[in-house]
Amino acid sequence: MEAPATNKIVIDPITRIEGHSKITIHLDDAGEVADAQFHVTQFRGFERIVQGRPIHEMPSIMARICGICPVSHLIASSKACDEILSVEPPPTGADLRRIMNLAQIVQSNALSFFHLSSPDLLFGFDADPAKRNIIGVAGANPQLARDGVGVRRFGQQIIEWLGGKRIHPAFVVPGGVDAPLSAETRDRILSTIPEALAATERAIAWYKETLVRFEEDAATFGDFPSAFMGLVDRAGNVDHYDGWLRVMDAQGRLLADRLDPRGYQDYLGEAVEPWTYLKSTYWKTLGYPNGIYRVGPLARVIVAVQMGTPRADVELDEFRRRVGRVPSSSFHYHYARLIDMLHSIERIEELLRGPDILSPRVRSFAGVNSNEGIGVSEAPRGTLLHHYKVDDNGIVQWANLVIATGHNNLAMNRSVAQVAKHYVKSAKLTEPMLNRVEAVIRCYDPCLSCSTHALGQMPLQVQLLGPDGAVLDELER
Amino acid sequence: MSAKPTFATIWLDGCSGCHMSFLDMDERLLDIAAKVDIVYSPLVDIKIYPDAVDYCLVEGAVSSEEDLHKIRMVRERTKTLISFGDCAVTANVPGMRNPIGVKPLLERAYIENATIQKQIPLDVVPALLPMARPVHRVVPVDVFLPGCPPSADLIYGVLVDLIEGREPSTAGARFGR
Repeated sequence: MEAPATNKIVIDPITRIEGHSKITIHLDDAGEVADAQFHVTQFRGFERIVQGRPIHEMPSIMARICGICPVSHLIASSKACDEILSVEPPPTGADLRRIMNLAQIVQSNALSFFHLSSPDLLFGFDADPAKRNIIGVAGANPQLARDGVGVRRFGQQIIEWLGGKRIHPAFVVPGGVDAPLSAETRDRILSTIPEALAATERAIAWYKETLVRFEEDAATFGDFPSAFMGLVDRAGNVDHYDGWLRVMDAQGRLLADRLDPRGYQDYLGEAVEPWTYLKSTYWKTLGYPNGIYRVGPLARVIVAVQMGTPRADVELDEFRRRVGRVPSSSFHYHYARLIDMLHSIERIEELLRGPDILSPRVRSFAGVNSNEGIGVSEAPRGTLLHHYKVDDNGIVQWANLVIATGHNNLAMNRSVAQVAKHYVKSAKLTEPMLNRVEAVIRCYDPCLSCSTHALGQMPLQVQLLGPDGAVLDELER
Repeated sequence: MSAKPTFATIWLDGCSGCHMSFLDMDERLLDIAAKVDIVYSPLVDIKIYPDAVDYCLVEGAVSSEEDLHKIRMVRERTKTLISFGDCAVTANVPGMRNPIGVKPLLERAYIENATIQKQIPLDVVPALLPMARPVHRVVPVDVFLPGCPPSADLIYGVLVDLIEGREPSTAGARFGR
């Protein structure tokens, strides 16, 4: 908590016009940045509102947590329900769930990279805000914008063809999926894969050229040692749907491997701060807040041995040559997100070409056979956990949700502090500081819909307050 | 200055799915962008909601004090206000908390389901209103566009109707879908 004599900078949405998050930067007596707080300001209470409702409603209600990654919640929720039914989906049912999950990774990563972050990368952090959006990108680099719209559509179309609509689809249900795949839909998806691969590889080539211009930013954008966590398969490769949790420290040593996600409460804690609705998850062994770790695309490519698909593995090798085996800067989330996207498209093709993908056996039926279930998946932004307790009739009694952006909360706060320390050098606020404070948060692609929402750029009003509360400086953008 | 109509989007308490459906217009998004000036939206970089906006799509229910301030300001400055999606039209999923009350809702998340520092966040974050309300319970609404979310085709059709001066047709819209 701030001492009465502490100066603080409040970055607040302009008279609460817009934005579901705010930032406070605390200064010490010498006027140096001491700490920063990233405030998340929306709360809906899903853990309580589902109490008293039957479990078969859970996937479709929980999907409404987020319109950007509804499929992640469908998957984690249905997997928790699988445990309550005490069934495993038939192998084809699991593969079809994987395809929909990967399609969502592709569309969500495309949204983050092309629609939200490419304007900064294309025009620079100090460019005219009026053109820094996807429509501005379409004017300056039409191919990049077309690829962005195209790759996002690729993922959204698969979701629509499988689940009937692009946002909040059905399809994934407790026990598997609700309909087998037709040969026609399989072939239709397969026909869109070559262009999706080509567009993603164009974006990767463009990003690699662009990266060299951002070396200074990469060194201050959340560049600190931390652990990383993600799901891996039996071979230690990236797995977005199932597997074991692997946690690696900043030196590349395994803090834990082959962790059963069902035991999450043994090794992950959730801390509450009075100034945000987003809880901070931490690695219990190291305590709070030392148990900081990152999840999401950067964590996935770090903890894995390989991606496990040919094109993505070539890119991962190059990634490791360029930025290191365990890069410490969150700026590299962008790069990792593109590789994650390429891998997901390749995996969709592999799964569609599987010999049993058209099998009519896609769902296991059962009643309530267990009173508790935990489901896990890799959402676009990282590891997602749903945990339910039900009575013998399948009525939900309690729920706990551990959301990907919550795992990254400590890292986002530290990143904001780091950018502020680099750019705030006196009682004078500067435009580049504000630009970067927004952009560092965007690296994490925080899906604040999963607790709030802050897509795009937040309008900021920054005030620098003296110890007596007097406004020393003020900046709006 | 151009003579094109001005267009804005905002979100209150929702999941951003309606905005994602807006993006699902894909290339048609660029058509729309050519026909209107997008003067304010979370998807673009302009920071201040201007005066005299012609059309505004509002996603989400009115759930917090912040939402309330925001929607009153937007209503004052907007000619045609469109309740965009089921949460704006009926309060939908945010409204599921209404029979429970704010306190048990917060206690589940921040007391019962927390490991350490169990407490209800009160600093800086806006307080929740006792009930999540549909937009038209708070300010007058001109057009209702239901759906969870409304489809991209429906959004496109309504926007083109509005831009071309017709009564917007929401035929084909369905609640919950």
